[in-house]
Amino acid sequence: MFRENIRMAWLNISANRMRSFLTMLGIVIGVGAIIALMTIVNGATASINEEVSTFGADRISIQIQGTEQKAGMTSEEIADLTEIEGVRGVSPTLQGMVASPVSADDISLSGRSEVYFEQTPDALEKGRGLLQADIEQETPVAVIGAELANQWFPLEDPINKEVTLNGRTFTVVGVLAPSSSFSVTSVNELVMIPYPLAQRVLGVTTINQTDLYMEAGADANGIVDQATVVLRNAFNQNEDVYSVTNFEDALASIDQINSMLSMLLVGIASISLLVGGIGIMNMMLVSVTERTSEIGLRKALGASPGYIQLQFLLESIFLSLLGGLIGIGFGAALAFLASLAMGIGFTLSGTSIVIAAGFSMIIGVIFGFVPARKASRLNPIEALRSA
Amino acid sequence: MSAIVSMNDLSKSYQLGEEQQTVLKSIQLEVQQGDFVTILGPSGSGKSTLMNMIGCLDTPSSGDYTVGGKNTADMSEKELAALRNKEIGFVFQQFQLLPRLSILENVELPLIYSGLSKKVRRNLAADLLGKVGLADKLSHKPNQLSGGQQQRVAIARALVTAPSLLLADEPTGALDQQTGKQIMTLFTQLHQEGKTIVMITHDEKIARYGSRIIHLLDGEIREERGQGV
Repeated sequence: MFRENIRMAWLNISANRMRSFLTMLGIVIGVGAIIALMTIVNGATASINEEVSTFGADRISIQIQGTEQKAGMTSEEIADLTEIEGVRGVSPTLQGMVASPVSADDISLSGRSEVYFEQTPDALEKGRGLLQADIEQETPVAVIGAELANQWFPLEDPINKEVTLNGRTFTVVGVLAPSSSFSVTSVNELVMIPYPLAQRVLGVTTINQTDLYMEAGADANGIVDQATVVLRNAFNQNEDVYSVTNFEDALASIDQINSMLSMLLVGIASISLLVGGIGIMNMMLVSVTERTSEIGLRKALGASPGYIQLQFLLESIFLSLLGGLIGIGFGAALAFLASLAMGIGFTLSGTSIVIAAGFSMIIGVIFGFVPARKASRLNPIEALRSA
Repeated sequence: MSAIVSMNDLSKSYQLGEEQQTVLKSIQLEVQQGDFVTILGPSGSGKSTLMNMIGCLDTPSSGDYTVGGKNTADMSEKELAALRNKEIGFVFQQFQLLPRLSILENVELPLIYSGLSKKVRRNLAADLLGKVGLADKLSHKPNQLSGGQQQRVAIARALVTAPSLLLADEPTGALDQQTGKQIMTLFTQLHQEGKTIVMITHDEKIARYGSRIIHLLDGEIREERGQGV
């Protein structure tokens, strides 16, 4: 009996193809939007997470804005940070712009210590990183970004070549691994030199950025608290001139923002599903009216009210489920194109497909219920008379 | 002979605004197994209401109605549907075939509600279509057939559940005289095979095919005469 009902539902839907298609459109758009949005947001989240984890979730970053009297941290204060329990490395960093040796553009110069290379094993493409001796003896060596290596030394091995920055000559000892990340300062166009030399090149005496690398299982909050004590003393209790960022927290807040964004988008798309559901109800009500005499005949031939109700309910479920399936395909295609255009990952989640299909079925039940009950309650005599 | 249909002091009235309109008044009627009863009356005589009563499509305001030995008084809609399916085969003036189904599927329809398997349904439906002379048109759609052929399909559909009673409402009303005559010949033949038939008509000539004619006027049985019994 169930099979007969499904067959009848298909006959009725296919007999009014245009009308059925237009009715399904609301569900197609709603489900398509949900699938597309969820897939895009998931892809973007995955890309951001990957990005953050490449520069380390085991890292605490300190940024100094400084005061007029004191622009950054001194070497002694950095040494104090090294003493904190659970810290396995402290990497002072200093950023600035210098004129490019080959063009009119400015390039980013980054002063680093050996710690950065010790803590970032896959930082290099070739050559070597900065060594402790380079820092202590202020050896004029540089590690350059992959993009700069291509620009400055096309078709040549850049190792042991020389570059001149602000009148100082540096020997290239290494090339940084290329990165596809979309951070503000791309590693691909960066020159890293020993930080004491960078201070001279840029004409500063302090450090305004420091990364703390944590030991595995260390108490991140405890380290943040102790680093804050050091900074508060360094800047005369002025808490507005520095910031301490725990990347684990940053990752968690990005996740939170993304899930809020997904919920918001899904909420908006649900309105379209609601409108689609109302469309289905409307069509089913019209269908009941048009098929009054058929309902009367079926009742005369022995169909119980429950059977008539089931027939119409299955028809609306069929309609909304079909719309849902088309919507899933449409949304997945849209998300795929968007992920190509935005350069983010494309992972269609099985959960979202199951939820979308389940949701469209539920819509069929909810909005098919009233028309189906109306059909089941038709008086067979009046229904037959309307022929 | 046992009574297929039995009405005892049956009345039906409708509330029309303030006014109560009585359509059937104290009907006393028995249809025996093998009878061919025609109910003859002009429009407004209450014959449609009487047909709905006999067909269990409507319930009496007062009095008893028994069909196939079962009293319909306290039946639920679901039980009435099952009773119609099992005991009564309807033939309508306008055929009432579903246009999107083949004629075989149309004849199968009541058997779906009986809960029979597809194979059994197919066989029974094909047998009956053979009996009404349409064995070579099983996969045709109703609109590919003439009016007379469509009414034969409807008769096959009415007979397919082997009901105790064949109930026909103006079965020749939508047909020309010649085709109407052929359909009546088919009813006569079915009667001779032992089927119990109740036919409603306003046409005196058609009514004469019956073995008993019941005149209905203003909701009352005025006259009953037997023919060739």
